[in-house]
Amino acid sequence: MRELTFEDVTVRFGSRRLGTVAVDGVNLVVPAGQVVGLVGESGSGKSTLARAAVGLAPLTAGRILLDGRPVQRDKLQMIFQDPYSALDPRMSIGDSIAEPMPRKMPGRRAEVARLLELVGLAADRAGARPDELSGGQRQRVALARALAGRPEVIVADEITSALDVSIQGAVLNVVKDLQRRMRLTMLFISHNLAVVRYVSDIVAVMRQGRIVEYGPVEQVLTDPRHEYTRELLEAVPRPGVPLGN
Amino acid sequence: MPVASHASKRWIGALRSPLGITAAVLLVAVLVLAVVAPLIWQGRADAVQSAEILQGPSSAHPVGTDLLGRDIFARVLVATRLSVGLALLATAIGVTTGLLLGTAPVLLGRRAGRWIGALINIAVAFPALLLALFFAVIFGVGAKGAVLAIGFATAPGFARLTQTMTATVSSRDFIAAARVAGIGRMRILARHVLPNIAEPLVVSATMAAGTALLSFASLSFLGLGVQAPSYDWGRLLGEGLAQIYVHPAGALAAGIAVVLAAMAFNLSGEAVARAIGLRSTHAGKRAETATDHQIAQSEPEPDASDQPLLAVQNLQVSFPTASGEVTPVRGVSLTVRKGEAIGIVGESGSGKSLTALAIAQLIERPGQVRADRLDFLGADLREGVEQSKNELRRLLGTSLSMVFQDPMTSLNPTQRVGRQLAEVVREHQGADRRTAWRRAVDRLSAVRIPGAERRARQLPHEFSGGMRQRAMIGMGVMANPKLIIADEPTTALDVTVQRQVLQLLANIRAAEDVGLLFISHDVTVVGQVCDRVLVMYAGRVVEDLPTEALLHDARHPYTRALVAAVPDMTTDRDRPLAVIPGRPPDPHDLPTGCPYAPRCPLASDQCRQEDPALTTYAAGRRVACWHADLAPAAVPDNRTASDETNGLVQGDPVASENTDDQIAAPLGGERP
Repeated sequence: MRELTFEDVTVRFGSRRLGTVAVDGVNLVVPAGQVVGLVGESGSGKSTLARAAVGLAPLTAGRILLDGRPVQRDKLQMIFQDPYSALDPRMSIGDSIAEPMPRKMPGRRAEVARLLELVGLAADRAGARPDELSGGQRQRVALARALAGRPEVIVADEITSALDVSIQGAVLNVVKDLQRRMRLTMLFISHNLAVVRYVSDIVAVMRQGRIVEYGPVEQVLTDPRHEYTRELLEAVPRPGVPLGN
Repeated sequence: MPVASHASKRWIGALRSPLGITAAVLLVAVLVLAVVAPLIWQGRADAVQSAEILQGPSSAHPVGTDLLGRDIFARVLVATRLSVGLALLATAIGVTTGLLLGTAPVLLGRRAGRWIGALINIAVAFPALLLALFFAVIFGVGAKGAVLAIGFATAPGFARLTQTMTATVSSRDFIAAARVAGIGRMRILARHVLPNIAEPLVVSATMAAGTALLSFASLSFLGLGVQAPSYDWGRLLGEGLAQIYVHPAGALAAGIAVVLAAMAFNLSGEAVARAIGLRSTHAGKRAETATDHQIAQSEPEPDASDQPLLAVQNLQVSFPTASGEVTPVRGVSLTVRKGEAIGIVGESGSGKSLTALAIAQLIERPGQVRADRLDFLGADLREGVEQSKNELRRLLGTSLSMVFQDPMTSLNPTQRVGRQLAEVVREHQGADRRTAWRRAVDRLSAVRIPGAERRARQLPHEFSGGMRQRAMIGMGVMANPKLIIADEPTTALDVTVQRQVLQLLANIRAAEDVGLLFISHDVTVVGQVCDRVLVMYAGRVVEDLPTEALLHDARHPYTRALVAAVPDMTTDRDRPLAVIPGRPPDPHDLPTGCPYAPRCPLASDQCRQEDPALTTYAAGRRVACWHADLAPAAVPDNRTASDETNGLVQGDPVASENTDDQIAAPLGGERP
């Protein structure tokens, strides 16, 4: 159980004069064992913040801390949006899952089998290639691979937005169930408010590189303080409700 | 391992093709000759017979003799080893150097990689043969110099190829995942990058060997390559050329050898490329499975007095594949009236997009569209029906418009947005440039693009995603269409932008009385925009119902499951979400009976044997299910009481533990 803290994190791409600031002085706390849902429109800097957390985007300024100390890589794992690009097509899913494990760890195969069962796939599918799997199954494999590194924090970036609604539910159930059972700290990024509401304990709303609202999920979604949060909530499609003009 | 057998089947298939056989035979012949020829014919090739100088072809010397009376045919055969060997050596040098340079950015990091990239760019700009000549001068005239020269001349092209492919693979998420997992750069390169780019590299290496052979022959011919007393084909060609007027066969023999050997390498490369390209072949299924299920729908369309905008009956779309014909759309019937909005929902692979494309006449060969009726504004769109193609094109161009999911790929990135819009009316209505431009600006402001006059002069990349989609819709309404087909128009957009686009479509429909065929995987969005919803599954419509009934009064278990699977702002956060077990059937291998039966909680023996037809059970409502009356009880919805409108929710939704790979477990719990 670890707490992930972003302190004045800024990520700038390109030069100082011509570059763009994707993340602009973000302060954000993901409390230990809780899920923080990060919402915002595309281009708001959500994904860049996530990539910065796992070291895929260089920080221009600020710090990212795990329990007050600089992040150790192996404590953080990430799950990506596109299940079709997240797995190496040339590798069996078992090998993919085993990759983050220490190379000489005894009982790697048993551990792979355990993880496959954990995400709801049959253990004997370890030899399967990604192209034999559906999108939802691939996303479970990606989840199993993230868990194989025994992380304390998981960053999930739009993990269901490339999936059919019929499969989305199954993946979300697994994610939520595992998060509860393993008491994982999680940063869950999505542009779908209904999904964020279902998975998260706390919501952070991001706009133009800044966090504009932060609070417990029920509070933010029922009584939004920021104008932009209200706008987002209004835009959520409600069946049968006329669109207005 | 199914994959391994699949791959080996692919290679055997490639070997059996005429190209594969030719390439394999030539390559084996060249390689065997390279090994064997010097052992057998060396003596004969070197035997100087002063009595037989410069003789023409005879039974003793099939292509004659040279200046020293040596047998040219034997010399050509013996030269195979040196020619092929040196070419392969040069290729090896080129490929290794290219690989090292091309993968360096992965190993050395961003900054050093950029310098190496620049180096490659400069090297690529030099013509290879010129580079080879340049190196030949530096390394000195002779075989060693030529090998190094050709090797280094091959390297830049190969480095560029490697660099590009490495960059493509490196941008994929599994590389990012490996980096997050703490895997070292060298291991990432060896485990993830190289295996994924190996196939195209092997192909181009084989081709490069052919080119190296030709280059080497050229250098030797010019006297810059192999020096006497050694000889390769290039030198033999040079020697033969001096005597070409005395007896041409001598020069020709070496020339033919060069051509054949180069062909052997190039054809092998081509064959390997084809074998790799054969990826999409679907193994092992027969064609009948698809055709067995084409039960014509007997259900007559409820006919209205006014002529519908669009009338489709028993629409089928099929594609030939290596394993026979598949039919992803199997008998869809629908009507759209003036100003009506019809939604089509379904999972990916249900055939909803193909249905739209078929209606818009956008299915390309070898795809085939068949229908009992396909009328748009009274015109028969079916293929083979006698009519003027031009008229049909104009009708579709002006009265039907299509909006696609990804606005970035549907606009031409190199043309100003306004001009692209204007082109529609210029093409179909013959409007002059100024009128067309005015109309384009007018339409852009109609789709609420601020500063339309200025925006019309911009290129698509200067627009945001939402604005691009609005511009696409603007293009759709340039010519007063009667029907707009929108295929997942908001899937790539944010909620706020999605709302604007949906509002825009609704406004256009109201203002101009346009029919709308709206395709989406999202029941919620469809519920907001449409009057009526068609639910598609495995290429057929399984339910047709008014939008008001979608949430609480759907009769097909699939529709109900689809609705229940979408979390909304009232979903109970403490219960697992409802899921649909299993996955949609493969169009190559449809089950007998109802295609939804393997995933359905209500499936009985009847369902597994007989495919239910789409039948009317109430005004404007059709369903294809044997147990439609039971569905509301068996598959409860997940909406809370506050969201209920008609009190049809029954039973207590029991938490479901199903996953998408288990088959046929109860969906959302049984009736208590």
